[in-house]
Amino acid sequence: MTDTSPSSQTGAGFDWTSDAYRERLRKRRRSELLLRMAGLVSISLAIGFLMLMLGSLATTGYKAFTQTHVTIDVRLDPALVDAEDVAGSNWRRVMQAAVAEMFPGLEDRALRDVRAILSDGATFMVRDRVVADPTLIGSVLTIRVPVSDPFDQLNKGTVDRNTPEANRRVSDAQIAAFDQLVAAGRISTPFNWALFTSADSRFPELAGLKGAFVGTGYLLLVCFAIALPVGIGAAIYLEEFAPKNRISDLIEVNINNLAAVPSVVFGLLALAVFLNWFGLMRGSPLVGGLTLALMSLPTIIIATRASLKAVPPSIREAALGIGASRQQVVFHHVLPLAMPGIMTGTIIAMAQAIGETAPLLLIGMNAFITAAPSTPFESATTLPTQIFIWADSPERGFVSRTSAAILVLLTILVMMNALAIWLRRRFERRW
Amino acid sequence: MTTLAFLILFAAVVIGYFLNRHAAAQIRAHGTRLHSLVGFHGLYSALLIAVSGIVVILLWLMLQGSVIDRSVMASLPPGVLDGLDKGQTALILTEIKSIARGQVFGTPEEWKLAAAELLKERTAAARLAMVVIVALMSIALMVFARTRVSAEFRARHGVERIIYGLMIFCSTVAIFTTIGIVLSLVFESIKFFRMVPIQEFLFGLRWEPQIAIRADQVAGQGAFGVLPVLLGSVVIMMIALVVAVPIGLFAAIYLNEFASPRTRNIVKPVLEILAGVPTIVYGFFAILIIAPFLRSTGASLGLDVAPNTALAAGVCMAIMLIPFISSFTDDALSAVPRALSDGSLALGATRGETMMKVLFPAAIPGIVGGILLAVSRAIGETMIVVMAAGIIAKLTINPLDTVTTVTVQIVTLLIGDTEFDNPKTLAAFALGMLLFVVTLFINILALRIVRKYRELYD
Repeated sequence: MTDTSPSSQTGAGFDWTSDAYRERLRKRRRSELLLRMAGLVSISLAIGFLMLMLGSLATTGYKAFTQTHVTIDVRLDPALVDAEDVAGSNWRRVMQAAVAEMFPGLEDRALRDVRAILSDGATFMVRDRVVADPTLIGSVLTIRVPVSDPFDQLNKGTVDRNTPEANRRVSDAQIAAFDQLVAAGRISTPFNWALFTSADSRFPELAGLKGAFVGTGYLLLVCFAIALPVGIGAAIYLEEFAPKNRISDLIEVNINNLAAVPSVVFGLLALAVFLNWFGLMRGSPLVGGLTLALMSLPTIIIATRASLKAVPPSIREAALGIGASRQQVVFHHVLPLAMPGIMTGTIIAMAQAIGETAPLLLIGMNAFITAAPSTPFESATTLPTQIFIWADSPERGFVSRTSAAILVLLTILVMMNALAIWLRRRFERRW
Repeated sequence: MTTLAFLILFAAVVIGYFLNRHAAAQIRAHGTRLHSLVGFHGLYSALLIAVSGIVVILLWLMLQGSVIDRSVMASLPPGVLDGLDKGQTALILTEIKSIARGQVFGTPEEWKLAAAELLKERTAAARLAMVVIVALMSIALMVFARTRVSAEFRARHGVERIIYGLMIFCSTVAIFTTIGIVLSLVFESIKFFRMVPIQEFLFGLRWEPQIAIRADQVAGQGAFGVLPVLLGSVVIMMIALVVAVPIGLFAAIYLNEFASPRTRNIVKPVLEILAGVPTIVYGFFAILIIAPFLRSTGASLGLDVAPNTALAAGVCMAIMLIPFISSFTDDALSAVPRALSDGSLALGATRGETMMKVLFPAAIPGIVGGILLAVSRAIGETMIVVMAAGIIAKLTINPLDTVTTVTVQIVTLLIGDTEFDNPKTLAAFALGMLLFVVTLFINILALRIVRKYRELYD
């Protein structure tokens, strides 16, 4: 050992240019490079996954933001539409007649196939229009109604016209009729307002997110109204008042553990306590909000404690010095100064709560409900459970609608987080 | 009626506040110095009424249901409940309740109709009683608070005591939640283990939670052996970790040691976005992109890939875990004192050598803690596996096969009907208990490791 490299001890006479040394240096540099590359590859993989996810959602989802409509002329024949009982008239016959007029010379069976171009909701749209304005009876009503899902897909190009007829949901005759409508300029694809203004439906072309919006709104309201005061109260007590003893320690450990309990377990708790014991309404935003409030409590408590801790002690001492009581110190001085941080934490907790799905499935918020709830006490769906319902539906139109609903959900999340960041930037104080 | 009770309470709170405030102001107007500001006198009355009123209403609502149920069942004509077990009795109660709601199916017996009528009467009476009691109590407290207004009365102390109590209550909510979770899981699990022996649950190799409609049906027994389900959870968790841990570690190492501040400022928020995406989105991504991709790749390689593979769910879960692991690793690496890396660099080590031979080993406890937390998240994760994994329990470790997980079973068993008297629904609580215990154990272990390591350098 000593006779082969005596100079390496001192470094003075070391041959820095020897091949062995260069080899070693090259090896070291190569492993350095490898580590760097591995890091870069990992980061690009993570970002790539995110891009792939957003990209695939966007490419399938954007189609749901438009909906193919067809403009039809409905002759409101007084013989068919009963002016006395407008809603109770035979609207199917009226629609049949309207379709027959558009395609003269078709026999009954072919006509029935062609009628399938119109959405099932078209009949009700015509009916509701006439119910609202009975003076229309006797005239010809020109109205734009959605087409049914297979034809919406056909128009958007997701149905391959070259597949054998038996494997398609639309027959050749139907395609021909549809093309005739296109040629007549009756087909249009306006923005799909129904996605935001109507509630759930079995038919993709009629299904919308209104019920989910209202349900999520009520749920967040309940969650916020419970989690914020309770969270702030708990945090103030633990940070400012609690004596340092075993019970306070126990509470702290408890809060930390609660933050890591799987969400589905909270669903079991809600099922056993809120639904079974208290007998609250199954699937109501009230129960969902209570459950999510319990789940977001740890987040809010931890964020609140952090921002209470960030308020310098001099503030407290000054307030105490001029004779404020300990609670006055907290509620008049410390809490207002900590409020931006608390609101940031709360918004982030609410953003987490919005995306939570599993506990809501257990308490039955995945029911099929065709009307938006009017109070927090009746069954409802929320955005994530609506996504779950649609993802489970076999109709093709629901694939793009699911993606669209996810895009809407992500947009809301981004907006909430942006609000939180803005609050932090705007009001955060460095002491 | 409940709304009415709350309205009365609200009115009483407002009136009480202004009554006391006014009375205190009167005393001050006569030139006497008050101990507390007039606002505290008002608040004292308001808080007293509000807190006791809300407590009474909530307790009433909680207990009213079961008390009325019991009294109605006790009033049934003698003999009709003879020879029925608990489940059948509960069924009769459900029937009476639905009759009381106006949903009559067929022609129920006379005594059931009478019981439904009684149930309706007693519920209405109970609601009315609640409103009356709340109103009387509010007035009594209002009068009480009013009589206490005087120059010497320490209203502020009273108010602060009440608020102090409220804050203590708030901080015990977390404890009550934990107790609630444990109790509800334990109670329902005990019911389950009365029907299915615990050793069969823990060591059984078959999981077929179907319930026989007729006693003589084939496979009518149903099997509740948890091992295949647990194995499924472990398989998916392992796949997720195998993918996520290297990616997360290397990403954190790069960000911590090599990346320029600019790259860091771009990449970290992107990873945070990945962490903030709701898991249902990952689930849909799995069935939209990953599963079809695996299938077509498998088909081109001549492999038989199931539609709901463990691999698709695992990969998707890995994407979810990457930001989690990388941020934990980043924190652990940053917590290593600068002196260590400075010393290593000064000795001539490259940045990579410093990282791999000095920083990383020093940070290992923190990283292990983070990975353990990731394990518990992977086991407890629900939506990804509900959407991407299967529901049939198979005793297999083939990642291309369909497996099911504990969380998937909980959700599938409880979606739809939730009658609490058959082993199918109760099994979900036993699974929940298992899940809770396992994740709690891992979390405590992880937190302990992380904390111990922190103390090392602090």
